[in-house]
Amino acid sequence: MAVESRTIKVDMLARVEGEGALYVRFRDGALEDVRLTIFEPPRFFEAMLRSRAFGEAPDITARICGICPVAYQMSAVHAMEHAAGMQLGGSIRDLRRLLYCGEWIESHVLHMYMLHAPDFLGLPDAVQLARTHGDLVRQGLRMKKAGNTLIERIGGRAIHPVNVRVGGFWRAPRKDDLQALVPELQWGRDAALRTVQFMATLPMPELEQDYEFVSLRHPGEYPLNEGRIVSSAGLDIAVEDWPQHFEEFQVRHSSALHARIKARGSYLTGPLARYSLNFDRLPAEIQQVARDAGLGTTCRNPFKSIVVRAVETLYAFDEALRIIATYEEPSPSFAPVEPRNVTGHAATEAPRGLLYQSYTVGGDGLIADAHIVPPTSQNQATIERDLWSVAQEGQAMADADLQARCEMSIRNHDPCISCATHFLDLTVERT
Amino acid sequence: MSEQLKTLAVWKFASCDGCQLSILDCEDELLTLVGAIRIANFTEASSAVIDGPYDLSLVEGSITTAHDAERIREVRAQSHFLMTIGACATAGGIQALRNFSDVNEFRRIVYARPDYIDTLATSTPIAQHVKVDFELRGCPIDKRQLLETLSAFLNRRKPVIPTESVCTECKRRGNPCVMVIDGTACLGPVTQAGCGAICPAYARGCYGCFGPMESPNTAPLAARLEQLGLDHAAVRRVFRTFNAGAAAFRAEGERHGG
Ligand code: SF4
Repeated sequence: MAVESRTIKVDMLARVEGEGALYVRFRDGALEDVRLTIFEPPRFFEAMLRSRAFGEAPDITARICGICPVAYQMSAVHAMEHAAGMQLGGSIRDLRRLLYCGEWIESHVLHMYMLHAPDFLGLPDAVQLARTHGDLVRQGLRMKKAGNTLIERIGGRAIHPVNVRVGGFWRAPRKDDLQALVPELQWGRDAALRTVQFMATLPMPELEQDYEFVSLRHPGEYPLNEGRIVSSAGLDIAVEDWPQHFEEFQVRHSSALHARIKARGSYLTGPLARYSLNFDRLPAEIQQVARDAGLGTTCRNPFKSIVVRAVETLYAFDEALRIIATYEEPSPSFAPVEPRNVTGHAATEAPRGLLYQSYTVGGDGLIADAHIVPPTSQNQATIERDLWSVAQEGQAMADADLQARCEMSIRNHDPCISCATHFLDLTVERT
Repeated sequence: MSEQLKTLAVWKFASCDGCQLSILDCEDELLTLVGAIRIANFTEASSAVIDGPYDLSLVEGSITTAHDAERIREVRAQSHFLMTIGACATAGGIQALRNFSDVNEFRRIVYARPDYIDTLATSTPIAQHVKVDFELRGCPIDKRQLLETLSAFLNRRKPVIPTESVCTECKRRGNPCVMVIDGTACLGPVTQAGCGAICPAYARGCYGCFGPMESPNTAPLAARLEQLGLDHAAVRRVFRTFNAGAAAFRAEGERHGG
């Protein structure tokens, strides 16, 4: 019998942020290799941060990713404050959470409506989706705009906001300016509810994965800026203990570092993990919306991440309204923070998952060492594991269909290749 | 009719994706835009790719690998009009900080196996490799400037993009001068307008994301910054951020050591 080989290869993955490639190879009917290659040219942020003033970290790290700059700014300021032994509360804490809600909305809506939903309907992009579902796409654009407006109002602009600083904000947004956003956010909350309902009607491929979920967990809230790092396998640690429990490693086919839990292996961060580990932290009404959409208290089907993102978007609108209702302008708008000869750690929940940063600041206030672990690096090994399952189960599919299914499964995790710092190129080979 | 629409391609080199995201951030104009121009190659937004040549190419990001230095030539060959978007493509971006250091050292700091990483010693702007027809400044670009430039292109007119300093925008916006009021270091006097003077409106100094204006007077500003108490290294850092590779900022940074 002839040896049959089959390769599926996508040199440039579309609808992901950044550049990557996928390669799947079957030999004699057996799946032999799966590789998600990140080829994005490295930009060496950790090296560039050395000898910069500690206060520059939020502006510089924002440039790692134009889709989630707030996440980088938040982890940076929290790490510097942790280094200085400070934890800020009150309105500054509220404003940070509010700014983060804006980023969750903008990023989740972009991903659901423009990058991921077209997959479920077999379309190449949101422009085609707009032909058949014009009102739906317009609704998504308006929701995204509401998230961006929230960031602009607090941060000065939607991409790389300028108002965040170590210790708080350069200038506190005025109460009236935030109040003025309420009607649109209320509309957004209703639209988010309709979004959950719509995403739940999409045809969902069946797949259950035994992920180890990792996310923050906070005693009273759905996690954004603070909490302990917990996992579905019982990990429960303070953020500063990250280096003792996690490690990064390099693989030849990728310019992004991968991460794993020491002695255990790959794990997943992001919406599925946050939701499954913090379902009880969602307000009761939102829990009910999730149940009505067919979600359980945990979700292990990566394709359903689009529904979970919708639930989180609903939460973000709801939380934004809650914060604005009681907001008082902090005065002063920032606290003095002066880390010297110390190391600080922080992790916050970027839309795509846990974003860890640590800094050592010298006696001169300059950064001596920086360490940044974005969510996509952490998820990369798990995305490859999903691809193994999807390719294995989809072996009978025609190449074009299998390729589409593989790409969709990558998008399930909204990988941000720019974040992973470092090109993504899909290849399916059948020998 | 759609045959007559101009075709648009969007290309990415070393960057954060923020400038191309600005296109998708034109929420109110996006559906009008896709009716006026044919998006032929924009992988971040669509998996449908139409072969070139393209009437207009928007290029984001800087050149940092030998492969990208080759790829930008191919992009140029397929593009009638090529416009760079943002500080990375126009000046080398934040990643141009490597131009002042030893890249091998950078590689070692970030990667355990530096030999797996293919990179050039410098991050360079697109215009250093191919002919660029128009440059949009900013880190990120400004949405209104992007829409103005696209509409100018479609209507075959020259885009209205100011080349004066951020100071003029502060005056227009009624921002009190942060340098005068509380001695805050600000790059506004030497930075090209376009953002709308956001930073001073938020009570902080401009950090130069639109890069140097036409004939900027950087030396007197640097002297003023020193009077405000910044040491040599701090002045150097002020000029070395997102447009560190732009000629005027690079020169001023070098005058301040290293
Ligand atoms: S210029 Fe700034 S916003 Fe634009 S791609 Fe480069 S880093 Fe991102």
